[in-house]
Amino acid sequence: MGPDKNLLERWRTTEILLLGGSAGSFKLLFQIVKLLPASLNKVVIIVIHRKRNFFSEIEKLFAENSSIPLHEIEDKDVLKKNTIYIAPANYHTLIEKEGYFSLDVSEAVWYSKPSIDVTFESAAEIYDKRCMAVLLSGANQDGAEGMLKLRNSGAVTIAQHPDDAEMDEMPAAAINIGAATYILRTEEIFELLQIQ
Amino acid sequence: MNDTSVITAPQITELIDLVKRVHGFDFSGYTKASLKRRIIRIMQLKKLEFYDLKHILVNDQHFFQDFLEEITVNVTEMFRDPSFYKALNLQVIPYLSTYQHAKIWCAGCSTGEEVYSLAILLRDAGLGKKSFIYGTDINTEVLKEARKGIYSLRNIKNYAENYQFTGLKGSISDNFTILYDAASVHNELKQNTLFSVHNLVSDDVFNEFQLISCRNVFIYFETALQERILELFYKSLCPLGYLCLGSKETIRSDFFKKKFKVINQKENIYQKIGA
Repeated sequence: MGPDKNLLERWRTTEILLLGGSAGSFKLLFQIVKLLPASLNKVVIIVIHRKRNFFSEIEKLFAENSSIPLHEIEDKDVLKKNTIYIAPANYHTLIEKEGYFSLDVSEAVWYSKPSIDVTFESAAEIYDKRCMAVLLSGANQDGAEGMLKLRNSGAVTIAQHPDDAEMDEMPAAAINIGAATYILRTEEIFELLQIQ
Repeated sequence: MNDTSVITAPQITELIDLVKRVHGFDFSGYTKASLKRRIIRIMQLKKLEFYDLKHILVNDQHFFQDFLEEITVNVTEMFRDPSFYKALNLQVIPYLSTYQHAKIWCAGCSTGEEVYSLAILLRDAGLGKKSFIYGTDINTEVLKEARKGIYSLRNIKNYAENYQFTGLKGSISDNFTILYDAASVHNELKQNTLFSVHNLVSDDVFNEFQLISCRNVFIYFETALQERILELFYKSLCPLGYLCLGSKETIRSDFFKKKFKVINQKENIYQKIGA
């Protein structure tokens, strides 16, 4: 059984894919980056919690395994389709309505910088229906509020099924506040995202 | 309450106009997404609706200082991005030592951590008495903290890890006098520093420098304003002077790309070329 018809249709018209993950999400994101098809033609933005100076290794690992160009976000980078962007450590990543990223070093949110909430919220203000967000495993509640804003703005929001998440607190928080349009098993997420 | 819809884009414009008219600070060139986050944060902290915020901004001068402090992000560290200090030590400090006297401008210095980090670096290179660091910010309150040079002990412990990565000798605490739960910068490091108000948006050249460091400040500005400030930095640098931007900030303007040579791509250290 493939993904829900509506979901499939929404995925096809999605322009921006947002992926948020924290503890227990590294392997999942690695797999997602690997399975995204080369002809995806969407902007992909990954916000993953991590310690500072840990990035270069993630970037290298991800870049070596993706068929789409992968880029660590620098201030005022313009969003381009068919590119995977990774939020840098120690900065929040915001999206401006003119279509570029701006960075911010203000206070951590949920002890996290980058914060998933910050990026999701700024995307919610700009991309509404054109946007899809997936929230994966994590041990805090970052991302839930941002997901809710995305959902309210018309975006499709997906939470990893808490039973499948190594750390279930993050997707569960999103589900609890009604931020998830879909709750999907890990395999279903993989299946959806590899469809062109 | 954490609802970004509590303030609209026209309301932000209204607020920018009001602040400009009443207080003379122009935030129109600031990036809107982060400016909006800051304004919402103030409204939450002070429990204000938009109307109240406007009212208090007009009528309470003291509140404006708080507003300024919240709008301008003052998150900073000592030896932030240690690889930057390593590169500076290797690629720039030897050049500074050829001068009789080196003047350094730390723009957007906030509470002074970067100024004292630079002071430590220069002292260790034997340039302590041959150099002078100007720390500037638009906010008088943070500058008071910078002049004091007293930081919480907990922060110093966090900075210790940065310090280890810079490759400098000894330990960061060698530069402080410990007072219960705080640490005070040694006077020796304060002697050749001066903290003063300067607004990058509206103020002009005030000296000539061999090195300008302005890290994690450009991220809050739209590209047109960044370019204007690059012009200010260009005019403030001596020929072959150095400009340091933050690790995620690059010179994007084609005009200024030709006027600066990249010294270190990763750390965004540039050198002024031409006169």
